[in-house]
Amino acid sequence: MLKLDAVAAGYGTFQALFGTTLDVNAGEAVGVIGPNGAGKTTLMRVISGMIRPWSGAISMEGVDVLAEAPHRIIELGIAHVPENRRLFPRLTVEGNLRMGAFTPSARAKFAHRLEFVFDLFPRMKERRNQLAGTLSGGEQQMCAIGRALMSDPKLLLLDEPSAGLAPVVVQQVFELVQRIRSGGLTVLIVEQNVQQVLRVVDRAYLLEAGNIRASGASAELLASDTIKQAYLGV
Amino acid sequence: MFEFFDVYLLEAVISGILLGGVLALIALGLNLIFGVIDVVWICYAELIMIGMYGLYYFYSVYGLPMWIAAPACIALVAVLGLLLHYIVIQPLLDAAPINQLLATGGVLFFLQSFATVAFGIDFRNLGIRLPVLAIGEMHFSFARLLAFLAALAGMVVIYLFMTRTYIGTAIRAISQDRQIMVLMGVDTKRLYLVTSALGGALAGLAACLLVLQYDVHPFVGLSFGPITFLIVVLGGLGNFIGGFVAAFVFAEIISLGGLYSDLEWGYVLAFAFFILMMFARPQGLLARRS
Ligand SMILES: Nc1ncnc2c1ncn2[C@@H]1O[C@H](COP(=O)(O)OP(=O)(O)OP(=O)(O)O)[C@@H](O)[C@H]1O
Ligand SMILES: [Mg+2]
Repeated sequence: MLKLDAVAAGYGTFQALFGTTLDVNAGEAVGVIGPNGAGKTTLMRVISGMIRPWSGAISMEGVDVLAEAPHRIIELGIAHVPENRRLFPRLTVEGNLRMGAFTPSARAKFAHRLEFVFDLFPRMKERRNQLAGTLSGGEQQMCAIGRALMSDPKLLLLDEPSAGLAPVVVQQVFELVQRIRSGGLTVLIVEQNVQQVLRVVDRAYLLEAGNIRASGASAELLASDTIKQAYLGV
Repeated sequence: MFEFFDVYLLEAVISGILLGGVLALIALGLNLIFGVIDVVWICYAELIMIGMYGLYYFYSVYGLPMWIAAPACIALVAVLGLLLHYIVIQPLLDAAPINQLLATGGVLFFLQSFATVAFGIDFRNLGIRLPVLAIGEMHFSFARLLAFLAALAGMVVIYLFMTRTYIGTAIRAISQDRQIMVLMGVDTKRLYLVTSALGGALAGLAACLLVLQYDVHPFVGLSFGPITFLIVVLGGLGNFIGGFVAAFVFAEIISLGGLYSDLEWGYVLAFAFFILMMFARPQGLLARRS
């Protein structure tokens, strides 16, 4: 479904990704793990159009993503829940969800999608008229995921959805990821929470200093010595 | 001092409210542009001046009926706003703020000179004499009442637009997080153009309302431009509600200050108040706690 081929990217003269090649098949959940500053967020940004790569190719269901204007990438079915949620704090929950349905095709099914998101997160329905900035951390994450789901995407990019949340809430977030997957959505998820994320994804890539160092099925990675020593603390 | 129910006092208070409506409309236009595009149109009052000439020509010179002339004037200034963005601001979006300020300052002088050359320095007016309303011993010009109501109606329309439409929601969202607008599928370039046209249209509406009350000349922008900048700064740049409140605060200061002697003293007081407030609340009247 999504294919990245030798993607290089960075900020100004600083290079953060050195020729990343990666693919995600339809219906899969794929993880990206790695230490701070590895370039995980940069990878997500390059896919969703927040930044443009320096070189390389990206395709979504055979369509050349880089040939699209950045704001049209969402119309290819890619929705990105950015690092730190990035809600619009002074819009209501519903205002944020409305922004998630900004594209013409999403507007047409707004009512339908809203119902879908409210079914997934009844809490969001209760809080629909509350300013997003006043929500708790867990609720903000629900709102951010809900906002991305408003566009009825095929591929959901999640950048550290569990960051900064209380342990109980982290658990809920991973359960949610599982539920979203079983609904047929393809997921690419970045996480620092290696142990937990490897339990919900099929495969994962290990990104270090802008390079893919390892990749494989979750079970393999959980068993591998590199991962064990560096990320699982055993 | 005066007694509580002094009619002059009451008249001044009401005049202040009427004046505040138009000032609030202008402040809204400036805040809209600043909130979305992050630039200050220093030449905003000059756009209004061109609009005042526009209505003067459409109505008094070409003899169009008002119901065509006023919308045509609003459309004219909306197009000017669009051009201003397209020609001057867009190439400077990534430039230092001071350069953007200088550029729109340049447009200010350009428009003043253009008006001087094109229209001459004579004072002109629509030649409409609207009646004066007498309520008890108080007198209000009908033109001011009309301007107040139209400004209010304009603001209500903008409010509905901002809260009920997708573009309006995007306009409120973009000042809260510019970088992720692309993730929502928003074409920021296009949003800037829409906002510029909207800011221009508001200037056009203000022009129609002002030229009902005042003569137009190439430098008329100087008589209300500075005060509107004080209003948006005091209200907190980009803060719509703050600008609205500050507009009425300033209008009351001008109007009540004018009671003691003439209106010029009202302006002196308003500027003094501004300087004091800049010491007391540099982030503006309704600064958000952050
Ligand atoms: N906006 C930016 N401007 C300049 N450099 C940046 C920017 N964002 C990230 N970087 C740099 O790019 C490198 C990769 O950052 P990135 O955010 O992609 O890492 P990450 O793997 O997501 O890290 P974390 O786990 O801390 O979120 C880092 O060295 C970072 O300092
Ligand atoms: Mg990151």
